Amino acid sequence: MKKRKERIDRGIKVRSEDVFAVCSWREMLYLSSPRWLPVFIFLTLPLLLGPYWQKVMLSVAVFGLLAISWDILAQTGMISLGQALFFGMGAYCAGVMNHYFGISPFITLPLAAVAGGAISTLLLLPVLRLRGIYFSMVTLILPLMLVRVIEATKIFGGTEGLSGMTPLPSIWIEIYLIFGVLTAALFGFRRMLTSDFGLVLKGINDNDRSVTNAGINIYWFKIQALFIAGSVGAFAGAFMTHVYMFVGMPVFALDYSILPIAAAVVGGPGSLAGATLGACILVPLSEVLRGIGGLRIVFYGAFLVVFIVAIPEGLFHYAQRKYHQFERWVEVEK
Amino acid sequence: MLAGTAIYAIINSVILALMAIGFNLTFGISGVANFAYGAFYVLSAYATWMMINLLGFSYPVSVLLSILITALLGAAMYRFVLMRVRGQALSEVIATFGIGLAVLELFRYFGFVGFEYNLPVFADYSFFIGGAFVDMQRLLIVAIGVVLVLGLWVFTHHTSLGLAFRGIAQDERTALTFGINPDKIAMLAVAMGAGLAAVAATVIIPLGTISPEEGYDVLIKALAVCIIGGLGSTGGVILASFVIGFAERFTDSYIGSHWTMIVSLAAILIVLAVKPSGFFGKQKELEERI
Amino acid sequence: MTVTPLLQISKLSKSFGGVQAVSQVSFDLNEGELLGVIGPNGSGKTTLVNLISRFVKPSSGKVIYKGRPIHSLPAYKIVRLGIARTFQMVRPFYQLPAYKNMIIPLFSPRVKGLVGGKYGDRDAVALDLLEEVGFERDAHVAYKIAGALPQGYLKRLELAKAIALEPDLIILDELFSGLSLAEVASIVPIIEKLRLQGKTIIMIEHRLKELFKIADRIIVMNYGEKIADGPSSEVMEQDEVKNAYLGTE
Repeated sequence: MKKRKERIDRGIKVRSEDVFAVCSWREMLYLSSPRWLPVFIFLTLPLLLGPYWQKVMLSVAVFGLLAISWDILAQTGMISLGQALFFGMGAYCAGVMNHYFGISPFITLPLAAVAGGAISTLLLLPVLRLRGIYFSMVTLILPLMLVRVIEATKIFGGTEGLSGMTPLPSIWIEIYLIFGVLTAALFGFRRMLTSDFGLVLKGINDNDRSVTNAGINIYWFKIQALFIAGSVGAFAGAFMTHVYMFVGMPVFALDYSILPIAAAVVGGPGSLAGATLGACILVPLSEVLRGIGGLRIVFYGAFLVVFIVAIPEGLFHYAQRKYHQFERWVEVEK
Repeated sequence: MLAGTAIYAIINSVILALMAIGFNLTFGISGVANFAYGAFYVLSAYATWMMINLLGFSYPVSVLLSILITALLGAAMYRFVLMRVRGQALSEVIATFGIGLAVLELFRYFGFVGFEYNLPVFADYSFFIGGAFVDMQRLLIVAIGVVLVLGLWVFTHHTSLGLAFRGIAQDERTALTFGINPDKIAMLAVAMGAGLAAVAATVIIPLGTISPEEGYDVLIKALAVCIIGGLGSTGGVILASFVIGFAERFTDSYIGSHWTMIVSLAAILIVLAVKPSGFFGKQKELEERI
Repeated sequence: MTVTPLLQISKLSKSFGGVQAVSQVSFDLNEGELLGVIGPNGSGKTTLVNLISRFVKPSSGKVIYKGRPIHSLPAYKIVRLGIARTFQMVRPFYQLPAYKNMIIPLFSPRVKGLVGGKYGDRDAVALDLLEEVGFERDAHVAYKIAGALPQGYLKRLELAKAIALEPDLIILDELFSGLSLAEVASIVPIIEKLRLQGKTIIMIEHRLKELFKIADRIIVMNYGEKIADGPSSEVMEQDEVKNAYLGTE
């Protein structure tokens, strides 16, 4: 007897889609726990961990931000293969401001986010007029070329890099700052993408002629998306500069491009929560795998291929489905 | 000085064209941007090296076998990975990128780095032309480059398979109605691109050593040439190779080798700003493929 | 006193790599007029629409709208001036409900200020507009995913997207193609209503019978050239037009 799986929305989901959800604690909990749970974990986990794993949590948040930045671009139809560009731009902006002018980290962080986002947007401006693959190609080669430019011209410390940045006052400030930003970015941009503005961005990905035909300048919207995503990535870079108290050529390294893509793909492309989830899984995993050294990147590569071919929806969408729906086997009618 | 620089600039340009032509062919026909291209380049070089040094095959046999193996691997990549995600730009890019990354880093992990990883030159003597010594290998590169480009032109314009290739490149659906199987053609296109990468590696690698870095380098150069030339256009690739090749060599001789990368980067940004689809970009801005 | 035409097209030409898709087409269009453009397949009708809406760049010639040349403006600015068009091949955002498809035109700078943007105001406007083109509100058609809608509704959705822009000139590219007689009959009143509101309309059509009932004037195109221009009752009598449609005997 052949059977197929039927998926049915849970009763609680159907009911709580209405405004009546506020009438029941249970339904309010059902609706809000997926939001509160991660925030709660971010708040309490640092208190339980030792200094080493606290540092790992910083990386989780930084890669989470880069993955969110990647996903915003991907939802607008721009596939970036060079998140390191944004990361490195932010890192160098913060480094230069702090090293040469002695500006406090609390000012360099927001400034570097904006400046890094703006410079990256300017560099990528010409490619926005083209669809598809050009954007990926240019984002892939830009950070790799910029490394060599820095190496050759010896600007900003050349191969040595700049060191001696002012660190943030304490590890607690570092952790809660970056997780505050991560949470704000996650929920803020999630909301932005479901708003009418976000609908236009997704529309550009889907069918840009139709969006143009509505009298909307798609380049202007792409520029806005690029600037937002660039700033998110640049903030992550600026933050790491102050954590490591150093900025140098490694900030343009391939790691910062690949891990965010892997995180977004594993977590579930097309959702910022998925991107964050992916970072929360992959970064600690790569710490555990630190022993195998260079083989890590091989694993990321393999992960990418396996997930994109076999599980293109990613882990988040799977979890979401399990949460909202239940399944049962029904007979296939002959 | 000038003549010597010019000769080396021509050689440099042909090297660039050789590196880019396979990537460009694959994209032009099937629309697949093969980001594993650099990995195929390095893979074929290591394959040749292993066959010569570990298995003791003769040089020509090793070269032919490795070109064949690389092409087969390209076909396998299309058949088992790309075919499942065909038409989804995001997935195609990420899948090929992931494969390239895994292959290159695997070689690095197993420690295939060093001077002993090298391929033999064809003939070891040099000429004195126009005030500069030019070795036989570089002259052969130019000759092979010219032969390859001419061969490809004849192939795409005068053989039925080549015409099918062009048919798919222009309009996949129409080609389908004429009984051309787009999957088969795309598989051949990816395989041929990989094979061309192997040919390029065979003639270019003897000038240096084999290393995973080389894979990234070739990918960057191929992308740069294709971006400037306009994706999918052979004429554009050749012109762009010469523009970058000459620019690099002349900056090298007259300004300083530090500046070569900056010149390429500036060239890319300027070309993109003036003409975003490259010199001979087939597609107009809104009609861009994918 | 002479009235300035709403749209003046003079010697508009476009060639695609040697093929002359549109050559030297000129005509004027007065406000409130309903112009039908007909012609055999490949006669350059859709290219003409693409040239006016600037989805394709003209090789030469002028397009003047409200006394202002618009042929060198980008497509999105032309829409903002009040020229809306539909596409022959409908391509909605398939994964969104029909009414969410309307959000993008309603987000356009031309009407953004008029519809309000808080707490789903646009959704309400979208539902109203869809009801106007025949998405029955009681049947909840507007809430269905666009991918699940039949062709007739997709064409209506396309029309609603154009109407949402509050245009002065609407260009309908083969709106009736692929629809049944009953469906066409139910869309015709919507177009007539638009005319009563004073909109100027250009219709590219293959369904001559339905078009001739509502059009004031017909332009016939063949091989990229305008071969006839006049009131609907007269054009079909001309020899050239007969030749184009029936072949020379």
